[in-house]
Amino acid sequence: MEVLLPSLVRGLGIGSTYALLAVSFVVIYRATEVVNFAQPALMILGAYFTSFFVIVVGLPFPVGVVVAMITMAAVGALTERVAMRPLVGQPVFSAAMVTVGVLIVLTMVANRLIGPDILTVGDPWGLERVEIGSVSIFQVDLAKMVIALGAIAVVGVVLKRSRIGLAMRATSLDQETALAQGVNVGRMFSLAWALSAALAALAGMLIGTGAGGVEATTALVALKALPVIILGGIDSIQGAVIAGLFVGVAESLTRSYQPEYAPWLGTSFDVVVPYLILIVSLMVRPYGLFGTPEVQRV
Amino acid sequence: MSSTPRTLRRGRPELYSDYAADQAIWNTPTKRWATLLVVLAAATLPWFLNRDLMGLATLVAVYAISGIGLNLVSGYAGQISLGHALFMGIGAYTSALLGGSPSGDIRGFELDLLIWLPMAGLVPAVIGWLIAPIAARVRGLYLAILTLGLLFVGEHVFKEAKWLTGGSGLGRKPADPTILGFELYARRTVLGTELEAIGVFYLFTLFLLIVLALLARNVARSRHGRAFSAVRDRDIAAEVMGVPLLRTKRLAFTLSSFYAGIGGALLIIVLGFTTPERWNLLLSVDFLAVVLIGGAATITGPIIGAGFVVLMPRVIETFAGSLPFVSSTVGGSGILNVFQLQRLLFGAMIILFLVLEPRGLFGVYIRIRNYFKAWPFSY
Repeated sequence: MEVLLPSLVRGLGIGSTYALLAVSFVVIYRATEVVNFAQPALMILGAYFTSFFVIVVGLPFPVGVVVAMITMAAVGALTERVAMRPLVGQPVFSAAMVTVGVLIVLTMVANRLIGPDILTVGDPWGLERVEIGSVSIFQVDLAKMVIALGAIAVVGVVLKRSRIGLAMRATSLDQETALAQGVNVGRMFSLAWALSAALAALAGMLIGTGAGGVEATTALVALKALPVIILGGIDSIQGAVIAGLFVGVAESLTRSYQPEYAPWLGTSFDVVVPYLILIVSLMVRPYGLFGTPEVQRV
Repeated sequence: MSSTPRTLRRGRPELYSDYAADQAIWNTPTKRWATLLVVLAAATLPWFLNRDLMGLATLVAVYAISGIGLNLVSGYAGQISLGHALFMGIGAYTSALLGGSPSGDIRGFELDLLIWLPMAGLVPAVIGWLIAPIAARVRGLYLAILTLGLLFVGEHVFKEAKWLTGGSGLGRKPADPTILGFELYARRTVLGTELEAIGVFYLFTLFLLIVLALLARNVARSRHGRAFSAVRDRDIAAEVMGVPLLRTKRLAFTLSSFYAGIGGALLIIVLGFTTPERWNLLLSVDFLAVVLIGGAATITGPIIGAGFVVLMPRVIETFAGSLPFVSSTVGGSGILNVFQLQRLLFGAMIILFLVLEPRGLFGVYIRIRNYFKAWPFSY
């Protein structure tokens, strides 16, 4: 129990961060049908801006986080306008490759801004623990769960209830029909990118909390959201949450038990667990647990 | 060509009276002469360039071989693979295991190039053949994500197989390029001039590139090549017309992995050393850039693209000194350092080509050619 419970909590904490990242993928996918490979760079830039506003500028932590999210929303909308908008109507493959180009460019910008340092985001949790019964767990894991799942809930409600959310859902359903109904489709694309970048920034902040800092190379963590969106279904927010928690827990449990029970799998095997889940999930259920199966018309 | 009388063909380079002449690789005299000139120019490089530049030229040839492989699966058959680096790694380690020398815990059998080079292609090809049915289940971006997953799993296996790869951060030496006792990586006097070791190896790589490029070009214009394009353009329509989907995709993956393996084996010989971390996502993206910047679904394209991707960083490095905002060392003053500028422009190039000229540098060439073909008229 003293291994299992903290391991579970840690898994849920990191899993809710994955879920948040996955939702940021889903938002862009639903609007533009593109898997945005630039998301790792948006995440790392978000972490940088959080650190910049909280530690360098000296804003209070919650304010700094919000300002960083707004900054990243602007960066996301700008990226969409400059790099993605010319490709509307082009094959999805081209758009996805452009996001790879964006990834390289923005990663270099982050690399330039962060340099060789390890950034801390100035979060209030640090290494504090709370005692629940006989087990002590890190506060930061609870914070990750509350913030990530809270943000996802807000996004879900906005998409479901608000006028803009309705317009975004209409756009993702059928762009031409939405256009005919008076929805500004281009603005919806920008909005999707802005929302997604803000969520990625929040996720970047969560990655940088607690014991871990953020380096320029931390960006690749965001790719673990890919197994999550595949398992949960590439267009499902609900799926992203459940799959995110599942992948996080699976990774955390592997880290706790694999060195003892299956050492032949090698050191840091937990890092590849999400990708194994990805491969198996694509074999068994390519459209994920909650995704919409793709209908092919001849 | 032979069936049209010579007198009729004069001044009419595109007059064909049979299908074979139309489909020939060199279907116009200009193409024949241009290819001959380019090959001759490429073959005389070792007599003119120094060791440093010959290293780059060899790297271009190696990148071109792997790039052609990726173009077969991604350009012709339309199956986007982010796992190309994995197959290059498998080829590289097959060659290093069979042809390299043992040291400490690292195994090596010191076999001849005639054994390890074909095996460096065949082992990845077999693995590609085995993986293809899995990959054929998913389409489009799902396939890209699947191959990305395979890449990460493969990297973990490479890091753990210390007897094969030397382990994470340590690495191992490549195979010894000796063919029947004749060393291909040694200084030799050819035609009265003593060539650098890399110059001799360059000639061998160039020979391989020409053979493999011709092979790929012939596959591309065969029945199988047309099946690739049919699957890329509309897989259901292709299936309805009797193109077996699984077999076609499998062939594309197998061929592509073969080229990747050969490229990987040659790559580590040029670099002289490899760690398991080399075969990562960035390398795969390099080759996607080779294909996209060069020109998808062409054979000449990846060769031009390889030149662009390999030489661009060097060109930037050369001219960066005269730019005031770039520092030449990491951590120096200036807004950017050279490495950052290189990567920044690399990413920008991918975006620019996809937005402005999706056919890549080959498309730029086609535009220029068509302009002069119709000159002085606009079309």
